[in-house]
Amino acid sequence: MISAPDVVAFTKEDEYEEEPYNEPALPEEYSVPLFPFASQGANPWSKLSGAKFSRDFILISEFSEQVGPQPLLTIPNDTKVFGTFDLNYFSLRIMSVDYQASFVGHPPGSAYPKLNFVEDSKVVLGDSKEGAFAYVHHLTLYDLEARGFVRPFCMAYISADQHKIMQQFQELSAEFSKASECLKTGNRKAFAGELEKKLKDLDYTRTVLHMETEIQKKANDKGFYSSQAIEKANELASVEKSIIEHQDLLKQIRSYPRRKSKGSDLCSRETEYTQDRPSQAATTSDPEESADTDRYTCRPAYTPKLIKAKSTKCFDKKLKTLEELCDTDYFTQTLAQLSHIERMFRGDLCYLLTSQIDRALLKQQHVTNFLFEDFAEADDRAVVRQESAPAEPSQDRPPSRSLEKCPIPQVLISMGSYRSSVESVLIKMEQELGDEEYKEVEGTESGSFDPQDNLDCLDMDMKGSISSGESIEVLGTEKATSVLSKSDSLGSLTVPLSPQVVRSKAVSHRTISEDSIEVLSTCPSEALIPDDFKASYPSAINEEESYADDGKGAIHFQVGTSPPEPGEAEEGSVENTPLQTDASCCIGKETGGPQVPLSSPALTLSDEEGVVSTPPQRSRQKDQGFHVDFAMENSNLSSRDHSSEGFPAYELDPSHLLASQDDSKTSLDDYSDSTSCVSSVASTSSDRMPSSAHPTGPSSERHKKRAGQNALKFIRQYPFAHPAIYSLLSGRTLVVLGEEEAMVRKLVTALSIFVPNYGCCAKPVKHWVSSPLHISDFQKWKLIGLQRAVSPAGTGALHALSRYSRYTSVLDLDRKTLRCPLYRGTLVPRLADRRTHIRRGSTYYMHVQSVLAQLCAKAFLYTFCHHLHLPTRGREAEAAAASRQASFLQLSLGLVNEDVKVVQYLAELLRLHYTQEHPGAIQPTLRFDYVPSFLYKI
Amino acid sequence: MLRWLIGGGREPQGLAEKSPLQTIGEEQTQNPYTELLVLKAHHDIVRFLVQLDDYRFASAGDDGIVVVWNAQTGEKLLELNGHTQKITAIITLPSLEACEEKNQLILTASADRTVIISLNPEPSEIAMVTKGPVWDCDTGRQVQKVSCFQSTVKCLAVLRRLDVWLSGGNDLCMWNRKLDLLCKTSHLSDTGKKSSLWLSVRFYSMNWISALIEIPKNCVVAAVGKELIIFRLVAPTEGSLGWDILEVKRLLDHQDNILSLVNVNGKLIVYLFIYYVKFCTYIHDLCLDLSFVTGSHVGELIIWDILDWTVQACEHNFWDPSPQLDTQQEIKLCQKPNDVSIHHFTWDEENIFVAVGRGLYVYNLQMKRVIACQKTAHDSSVLHVAKLPNRYDIGSPWCFLSLICSSDRQLISCSEDGSVRIWELREKQQLAAEPVPTGVYLCSERVNKQASHPVKKQQENAILFSLELIGDLIGHSSSVEMFLYFEDHGLVTCSADHLIILWKNGERESGLRSLKLFQKLEENGDLYLAV
Repeated sequence: MISAPDVVAFTKEDEYEEEPYNEPALPEEYSVPLFPFASQGANPWSKLSGAKFSRDFILISEFSEQVGPQPLLTIPNDTKVFGTFDLNYFSLRIMSVDYQASFVGHPPGSAYPKLNFVEDSKVVLGDSKEGAFAYVHHLTLYDLEARGFVRPFCMAYISADQHKIMQQFQELSAEFSKASECLKTGNRKAFAGELEKKLKDLDYTRTVLHMETEIQKKANDKGFYSSQAIEKANELASVEKSIIEHQDLLKQIRSYPRRKSKGSDLCSRETEYTQDRPSQAATTSDPEESADTDRYTCRPAYTPKLIKAKSTKCFDKKLKTLEELCDTDYFTQTLAQLSHIERMFRGDLCYLLTSQIDRALLKQQHVTNFLFEDFAEADDRAVVRQESAPAEPSQDRPPSRSLEKCPIPQVLISMGSYRSSVESVLIKMEQELGDEEYKEVEGTESGSFDPQDNLDCLDMDMKGSISSGESIEVLGTEKATSVLSKSDSLGSLTVPLSPQVVRSKAVSHRTISEDSIEVLSTCPSEALIPDDFKASYPSAINEEESYADDGKGAIHFQVGTSPPEPGEAEEGSVENTPLQTDASCCIGKETGGPQVPLSSPALTLSDEEGVVSTPPQRSRQKDQGFHVDFAMENSNLSSRDHSSEGFPAYELDPSHLLASQDDSKTSLDDYSDSTSCVSSVASTSSDRMPSSAHPTGPSSERHKKRAGQNALKFIRQYPFAHPAIYSLLSGRTLVVLGEEEAMVRKLVTALSIFVPNYGCCAKPVKHWVSSPLHISDFQKWKLIGLQRAVSPAGTGALHALSRYSRYTSVLDLDRKTLRCPLYRGTLVPRLADRRTHIRRGSTYYMHVQSVLAQLCAKAFLYTFCHHLHLPTRGREAEAAAASRQASFLQLSLGLVNEDVKVVQYLAELLRLHYTQEHPGAIQPTLRFDYVPSFLYKI
Repeated sequence: MLRWLIGGGREPQGLAEKSPLQTIGEEQTQNPYTELLVLKAHHDIVRFLVQLDDYRFASAGDDGIVVVWNAQTGEKLLELNGHTQKITAIITLPSLEACEEKNQLILTASADRTVIISLNPEPSEIAMVTKGPVWDCDTGRQVQKVSCFQSTVKCLAVLRRLDVWLSGGNDLCMWNRKLDLLCKTSHLSDTGKKSSLWLSVRFYSMNWISALIEIPKNCVVAAVGKELIIFRLVAPTEGSLGWDILEVKRLLDHQDNILSLVNVNGKLIVYLFIYYVKFCTYIHDLCLDLSFVTGSHVGELIIWDILDWTVQACEHNFWDPSPQLDTQQEIKLCQKPNDVSIHHFTWDEENIFVAVGRGLYVYNLQMKRVIACQKTAHDSSVLHVAKLPNRYDIGSPWCFLSLICSSDRQLISCSEDGSVRIWELREKQQLAAEPVPTGVYLCSERVNKQASHPVKKQQENAILFSLELIGDLIGHSSSVEMFLYFEDHGLVTCSADHLIILWKNGERESGLRSLKLFQKLEENGDLYLAV
């Protein structure tokens, strides 16, 4: 049965493809892709209505050997999200396309059971009837009690938007691999522990049996063995064999990290990363538990017990839950990662892509973007600078669609993908078509699989799916993203080439099939489909719920870490970009209005969860996440471990993208401030504190929106907003003086969007001070909220303020006055138009960002035009250089009067930032001018 | 503007009877210091700044720490922790020309009755110091520590020619570079007994040697209480066994204590001894007068002959260059010793610049009189004054940026009021002579009347110069103890607020940073010069 959406979608895209793409004004890499169905007048957000669930979610399912496929948990763990969507049914669907090789047992020619460290398989499948499309990530966990020692699981990202899955395949795959690695690492640890225990049991059993045999021998002096004795001997023999088997298994599982570490750097780093994570996160866990040395040793407290030598595989026993299978810490980490993924891919595809482009472009401007952008990005840049020296193991990376790899190709691909979703995973399909078959086979045979080829066959497969009428199509799979899957090399080496390759090949070209499930492509490995669906087993969902919840609370532990940008464009190419970029960026932001309604329900939802209604039991977990956050950020600076595999996570996070620079993690009081905005109570309760201090994506967006709103209010309310903003932009410290803390904080937060940053640290903004200011404060802070108090200390503060009046502009909130130098430029009026039509805070924020980006570009030009600063002809008169600079600023950059000072200040910051060896090591000097100040009143 | 008027309104009450404090508005076009860097390392008052070389200086203070800084970047290079109490004197012992070792030695004396010689290593050897009583010689920190003093060493002096150094407390000790005590003297205070080696007569507490300077003929002058004692150092000869210190002469013309002496080297010699004032300086002068000068507690400046130590010239009414008609006012002023006491002075070929109380005075050696003054240069006592060296380096790439180059007579003063002011000695236009800003005159007619007198008098006395305020540096929140001027790196000030501030010429620094940027660009291979 061919369901309508499939046909409609694909044919339309074909039509669209024929239309020429008319966008000559901008270079391709800067243009924002248009919504492909816009010409049909379709509302891009109406697609969701077809699905039975309200928004994207993540489903973890297990193929239980007892009950068959069953859903375990969803993220977010909210029934409202998936609504009437049949999780059981969908679990069945997604679990039945697991083709990974998870063969464990006695392979021919081997005496002992062999563990295969199989790679995860990554499949995209769609269920057009349900309106659900999913990225499915299969993984296998080890369980000593399970059949064949394996428990197949899968994690699925389920979305109603097929394009989203296809477009974000690479990112999804990367993120899910991280989660999977985390699970598997924990699982190996738990499995090894289990084996140890089992070995002890067996050892104990053996001694007992030995003793019994000896007793029997002594008792039996007849010279022949009784049947009992023979039975005991057999039992002993089987125990011995079992011991050897288990020892072998233990050896295998223990040797895993070592074997893997021989692989690529990336993999080993991945291990370190995943293994380090629990120790960083574990505020509750035993430190020795996470230590490497006794990772696989079980706790000494274990007392062995007698076990029966017979196999204990039976179906009435309770299978381990997912949490038991993995270590609890790892499980929590995984949940956090999954919630992170969910957050990251939340929202419309259009929005995600725009954000990605935005970020990719922003990253190219690493010389200037620290000034007004999020400092988390500045962190990235620091990493990039470090990383640029060593050679990048690029062969491990899929060349396509990797945002980190090369921003420009990425952008191009996304544009193409809008034209045709079928081609979405493809690069240069036309050229590769001929080689496709050959390459696929070759890729399978050789250990190193070329992802490019894989993508090609994906594309073929998807083409094949066009006419298929099945309700589930596997639209694409991915094999061997060796960046993320540890076991790649191992897996492809140990798994013998099986006929599966051919079979999958055949399948992929099948266009019509009677099956309800059509597999178009899969990784060439053996499928293990359990055939026993017997005793029903209580679902693990209820047990996991609390963790899912917790994970949600803790998910932000990665927000501050940075993704790698290995192939960042070199500086030379950067020089010509900034001006154009601003324009496109700002267009994108300004016209991107419709995206707001979509994301807002999600945001409000999480707001409720994250900040306002915080259940008490979550606070511990959140606190933990908070710690992790800082730990990881620190380690990020020092090591390349985390950065190597990267966290495109947060970089893709739409809410993070919009995040204002002033909020994240600067200080606790920023957040107490933001909460006080909500609750209008400045005091923060102890249980709210951790959550509010948390730099959550949505809350930062809300924060920023509020900042924009307040800034807008300030501009409308005070006629002297321009000189005040000029003060901030030109690096003259603005002191906001007031009695009421909440008001001062609010205004400081609002104005902080205009404060240029020194470097990759927090903005030089101090929200609230009550002690007298010193000269060093003006060097450190560019925006200060100062308490006006009647106490002697307060007068001291005022006295200090008047003494240092030449370094500061003073905005008196109580008297509504401003004392600062004159401003007659044209820049700030554009930035802060009193009669602006912008009404929304976030819109205004974006407007500010775009104007500031333009300003940054000017500062960049001014800083890096060498003819302005270097004497051209030997000992040229310096006055000539000065006049050259002045005329450049005025004529070329169109700056008048005080605007020049702004650009000069920014240029100064750029120089400092560019020349300093260690970012953040040296504080910039306090620069000032001897200019008269004026008193402005309302 | 506003501040001006407010300031003008406030001042008549406190200062109307004298000339009002000259103020300058926020617009200071001639002030080159548009950039500052706050250096924090000390935990107590920073009292001393010593220049080590072209770009380094050391700071020392009451917290007993010596910190070596890079004047260019403001980087803390070294921290020397050896003293347990406040540092009372610091001096550098230059390396010997012959010696291969280029390292400078820093001598510090402290109230804990020790003197520490520490090595000031070359930048390449710099590493952070670990705290300890004896510092590692290899990494070049504390070389040696002498603690056999019976009292606090108040002053240190280095005699390069003899390669010895002297410490003055309640006795005078002579040491060589290896810290061997060569000779030691104790002497009576006022009894006039000649002191000689190992004479163990105790000093009175007020009669510690507060200052020491070297003068020709192997002599040193020590300020002990009200006396100036001239000692002759006798180098070991074949006849005598060792070094000896002989007291040659005592000059008893003083009425008050002399706190310290500072030695400055040069070609020709004038000795200046200033009464009550902390400094005694060795001056050279183009006129071949061999003389030295002392100033009295009540504002006397006496120029002494260097050879026979007789008074050559005397300026009595130093605090008031114009002979006042009513002597009553003179008496009134004398009641406040701080107002007229000389705190510091400096000199150039022609003039001596003296910080007297809150004012600044310029005394011309040839004319033997005060040629310019600013009676209330600061709100409170001027602690340090320095003349900027003449700069004619037109070739310097950033010369055009700083107006300071063009003028050759700039003077910097710092004061207990926490400000640093930059003055320019200008030849006075006969008609436009306005020593005080007009803005203040508008406020009070009374002030106007009174203030017009000195102007008239000055003209009568043919004072052709005036000190004009061209800028002030406000940064410290407490008394600015001292400052140090680096020709290339700006001004360093230290203060009782525990801070050191590095003042820089903003435009020049900006240009340097720009150069650095393009250098780095070039290093990275990213610099594409336009054809």
